[in-house]
Amino acid sequence: MSVFSGLGTAAKEIVRGGRIYYAWVALLLVFISLGLVAYVGQLRNGLGMTNMRNQVAWGFYISNFTFLVGVAAAAVLLVIPAYVYNFKPIKEIAFLGELMAVTAIVMCILFVAVDVGGPANLWHLIPFIGRPNFPVSLLTWDIVVLNGYLGINGFIFFYVLYKVSRGQKYSRILPLILLSIPWAVGIHTVTAFLYNGLVARPFWNAAILAPRFLASAFCSGPALMILVLQLVRRQFRIDIDGRALTKIAELVAYALAFNLFLLGAEAFKEFYGQSEHIAPMKYLYLGLHGHHALVPFMWTALTLNVTALMLFLVPRFRNNVKLLNVGCVFILCGVYIEKGLGLVVPGFTPDALGEIYEYVPSVTELAVSLGIWSSGALCFTLLAKFSIPVFIKAKQFTLLGEPSE
Amino acid sequence: MKNDGCTPRACPSSEAPVAGATAERGAPLLQLGRRPPDRRAILGASVAAVAAAATGSGCGNHRFDAHYKELTDEDKRRIFERIEAETRARTGVDVKISAPQPMDGVEFAYALDLSLCNGNRRCAEACARENNLPDVPKFRYIQVLEMDRGTLDFENANAYYEHDEVPVPGKVYLPVQCQHCANPPCVKVCPVTATWREPDGLVVVDYNWCIGCRYCIAACPYFGRRFNFHEPTVRPRDINPDQGYISNRLRPVGVVEKCTFCLQRTRVGRYPACLEACPTGARKFGNLGDPNGEVRIMLERKRVYVLKEELGTLPRFYYFYG
Repeated sequence: MSVFSGLGTAAKEIVRGGRIYYAWVALLLVFISLGLVAYVGQLRNGLGMTNMRNQVAWGFYISNFTFLVGVAAAAVLLVIPAYVYNFKPIKEIAFLGELMAVTAIVMCILFVAVDVGGPANLWHLIPFIGRPNFPVSLLTWDIVVLNGYLGINGFIFFYVLYKVSRGQKYSRILPLILLSIPWAVGIHTVTAFLYNGLVARPFWNAAILAPRFLASAFCSGPALMILVLQLVRRQFRIDIDGRALTKIAELVAYALAFNLFLLGAEAFKEFYGQSEHIAPMKYLYLGLHGHHALVPFMWTALTLNVTALMLFLVPRFRNNVKLLNVGCVFILCGVYIEKGLGLVVPGFTPDALGEIYEYVPSVTELAVSLGIWSSGALCFTLLAKFSIPVFIKAKQFTLLGEPSE
Repeated sequence: MKNDGCTPRACPSSEAPVAGATAERGAPLLQLGRRPPDRRAILGASVAAVAAAATGSGCGNHRFDAHYKELTDEDKRRIFERIEAETRARTGVDVKISAPQPMDGVEFAYALDLSLCNGNRRCAEACARENNLPDVPKFRYIQVLEMDRGTLDFENANAYYEHDEVPVPGKVYLPVQCQHCANPPCVKVCPVTATWREPDGLVVVDYNWCIGCRYCIAACPYFGRRFNFHEPTVRPRDINPDQGYISNRLRPVGVVEKCTFCLQRTRVGRYPACLEACPTGARKFGNLGDPNGEVRIMLERKRVYVLKEELGTLPRFYYFYG
């Protein structure tokens, strides 16, 4: 069974590593343990350990979930130029995009799982055994598309890895790779519709929501990708073409400009009209009846996004690695605020009967979320450590310092 | 403005905000409002919850019970007996679980005369007792909104007023509970069909089947649903032993619950508890299919309206000025 022995050698890569690698994994394991402890506390005492209440029924967990669906969807931004336009510098690294998609979806599923009050009842969602409310409930759609996306990208990743390890071509999987492009748009659209379909929540019940979801996803996902690619480049000493990074940055610039345009369109409609539906928007950016928990965050997000747009629009800036990285961090923070708490909380504030409950995540929520982010980082680290040597051995990459062919 | 000074950390349930100084001014004319749960009570509840979680005792819930609609009569008998036994073991109270069925040709509806309601909130308290709502943390199915006369502005309404006497001059009161919509948005979104509209119009929840995702809470335009963020604790002496399986039986932590128009009463010909408790006669309840029913008469003779009609939810809860 040469396949398994081959993969077995690759698996040994996971335990081999320098001091930094071990320290990083150890740190992640500490965070995961913290998260687990917090989650056990939440299981025993109920979701009262969070600061969610009936007025604000979803909080930090669902915020993180929404943000991460965007990160997962944005993996296509690597796939499109790689396979549709055969842009070689990105094609080399497209599998890292798929790996990121897989990791992000795993985190999404974890964030939903920790948010439910009765995790033991989750089997009610399984067809035939349970009673999934498909196709009426958008949540069941989301479960289908997210798991499908996980399956597709997981399969592509491992198939490509297997073929590469045996020195074979993997072009037969191209249809599946192409399918992952509309599917990525699908996961994000369905997640947007999950909010969008609620007539009770005017802040979400606006047609602009799905386009904004996609626009912001195509900012945050690639920004994270640019940072991760550089880390991979440094850690594995492989040559990732700088043109790949600037090409991604260029795409991010368009997406960011569009995202800000959509925000402006939304703001105009609310502030010019001044109907009662302005309340959530006011709560976000101005404060409502003396409650301003999110105001500083929203202005920070806006400032970060606008600054990042300036950095990314000017080629001279985005071709400078340092400024590029600053821009990426700005976008990540900006979108994380805007598409996280900045999206979920105003849907509930004020609530359906006009009450304002100011939600701030509890220590439990922060610890559990840290644990989930760390599991995601660990998942990505281990899979990258496992797979990249395979690609290097198969001469898919040029190592730094080697003459390229 | 509501909930001033009630930070999430300081307050176990935002629905039990800090009561104003008025609460300490001696016995009010009517039993009004609510008091903040004291720290010891919260601690006690938490300890009880841990104990319950550790020993695996819940509220008679079983992980592998089938959905309510799939239960045979035999299943029901077995499950009800189990819940009764577990409740007895846990609280020492003998309860009787039942599942009265909808009657043919009956569609329940509610009508409320806003010109009579004076904001005394006896409905909300009677509801809490009838439906075994927890004392810690405290929440109610009925929110009575106090608004300035001349407005129907929810955003400036207050559901947590504390007065010695009601009505307060210049204020009007609007009680809101589950509107039992004919086109309920909450039912549509449930990912596991744990909530549905019964043939007689009652929107109910199967507490054993709910996964606690709270999507229905997000979908409800009327704040009609409550989630058990904490282990609900009802003092044994306050437990109403006459319990409906899909209505007022003791709920476990982590599921959604709501007003059922007192299904356990109304399906056997009684009035809902909120109506019986109302001292002003503002509340009317009946069968829409009965031409001489109370609600039908109000619909025909009064100018009624429903809340948020533009959302197309078709509430079966009508408001009118008598």
